[in-house]
Amino acid sequence: MATAIAVARLDQLFAAVMLFGIYSLLSAALFVVMDAVDVAFTEAAVGAGIATILMLSALALTSRTQRPVPRRRHWMATGVVVVTGLGVIYGTLDMPSYGDPNAPAHLHVVPHYLQQSMAEIGIPNVVTSVLASYRGYDTLGETVVIFTAAVGVIGRLGVVPGITAYVKSGGMQHHLILRITAKLMLPLILLFALYVQFHGDYGPGGGFQAGVIFASAFILYGLVFGLEDATAVAPSIVVRVVAACGVLLYALVGVLSLFLGGNYLDYGVLVEDPTQGQHIGILLVEFGVGMTVAASMISLFYAYASYKPEE
Amino acid sequence: MEIFGLYNYWVVVVLMMIGLYVVVASGNLIKKIVGLNIFQTSVFILYISIGKLKGGTAPILMEDPASYSNPLPHVLILTAIVVGVATTALGLALAVRIYGAYGTIEEDEIEEQESTT
Repeated sequence: MATAIAVARLDQLFAAVMLFGIYSLLSAALFVVMDAVDVAFTEAAVGAGIATILMLSALALTSRTQRPVPRRRHWMATGVVVVTGLGVIYGTLDMPSYGDPNAPAHLHVVPHYLQQSMAEIGIPNVVTSVLASYRGYDTLGETVVIFTAAVGVIGRLGVVPGITAYVKSGGMQHHLILRITAKLMLPLILLFALYVQFHGDYGPGGGFQAGVIFASAFILYGLVFGLEDATAVAPSIVVRVVAACGVLLYALVGVLSLFLGGNYLDYGVLVEDPTQGQHIGILLVEFGVGMTVAASMISLFYAYASYKPEE
Repeated sequence: MEIFGLYNYWVVVVLMMIGLYVVVASGNLIKKIVGLNIFQTSVFILYISIGKLKGGTAPILMEDPASYSNPLPHVLILTAIVVGVATTALGLALAVRIYGAYGTIEEDEIEEQESTT
């Protein structure tokens, strides 16, 4: 909370963004405390990694300081905030207390998920089975949103072939320590991402987490060795095609299950044994999600790093 | 029900209001986006804290039955985080383009330029 206040007060945008990264990491720790390991994974990779880098890129392309907030505006904003806050706190008085097992949120569909998912889906991580199977439509929608946002950013910033902005050719390659550490870390990060991707059925993990971890490996590579080297490994056209293919894979699994006589995204019909089918379906769908998320994040980074302001 | 059992909501409300303050008070577009992100994280914490069960553990089924925390909010927030970063990137891209067009990302300076032309 203290970090959030500091972020709000700082006029130096660079420091504010760095503090925001710390704030994200702290909230990831908070998620672990509240038993949401999958969420903590994602928040740590996204908030402390990718979001911070994207914000820094945007700062590099604009200005690094903020004009101080005028006094009158400061007090007006404080007034609005205090009144709204008190109203919302009054609203919380009717809420169930923290950790209450009889809270309405725990009584409706959740007991079904917790008790039946082992028999119906056959994988221990309930978060994964809800994500990819029970609520497969939602997840498909979310994946499409991510893809659309990436398309939007590319549309706004364009993909300029000539690379001039802050990640110049060579990047930070002259820093020996950065170069060696990056080389040591990269295979481990990629391996870990693959583990998270395919072990998501049994432990915390899945397509979303694996996608952002995978993308952060590429972003690290791009930052240290320069954008030219990164695009030599993964050309931006390939990345964009992969992002589209991920969504397509997800949707096609749904269409396939339609043709095999089930409902859309009903994986039980994919093979003879329904639980086996669920396994295969979830694996395929999560792979699609992982592809789209990773490729979208990488192309976001490319778009920012290669943007050339018009003079 | 004792009133201090609600402390998780109050933490969320305070964080939310800090985010709201930044969005309302700050004229800088990127600072506004940072504020929105603080606000967003507070909503994440709200959902996850609703899903927490006293004495519960992470919802990964084990041999011996135990009480698990609610997996549903985890699913919602998991995807929301990734969607959040994608939309943040879109907002930042717009800010970058505005800087390209006006040479500033301060709201009032943009308005001045608009009114003079």
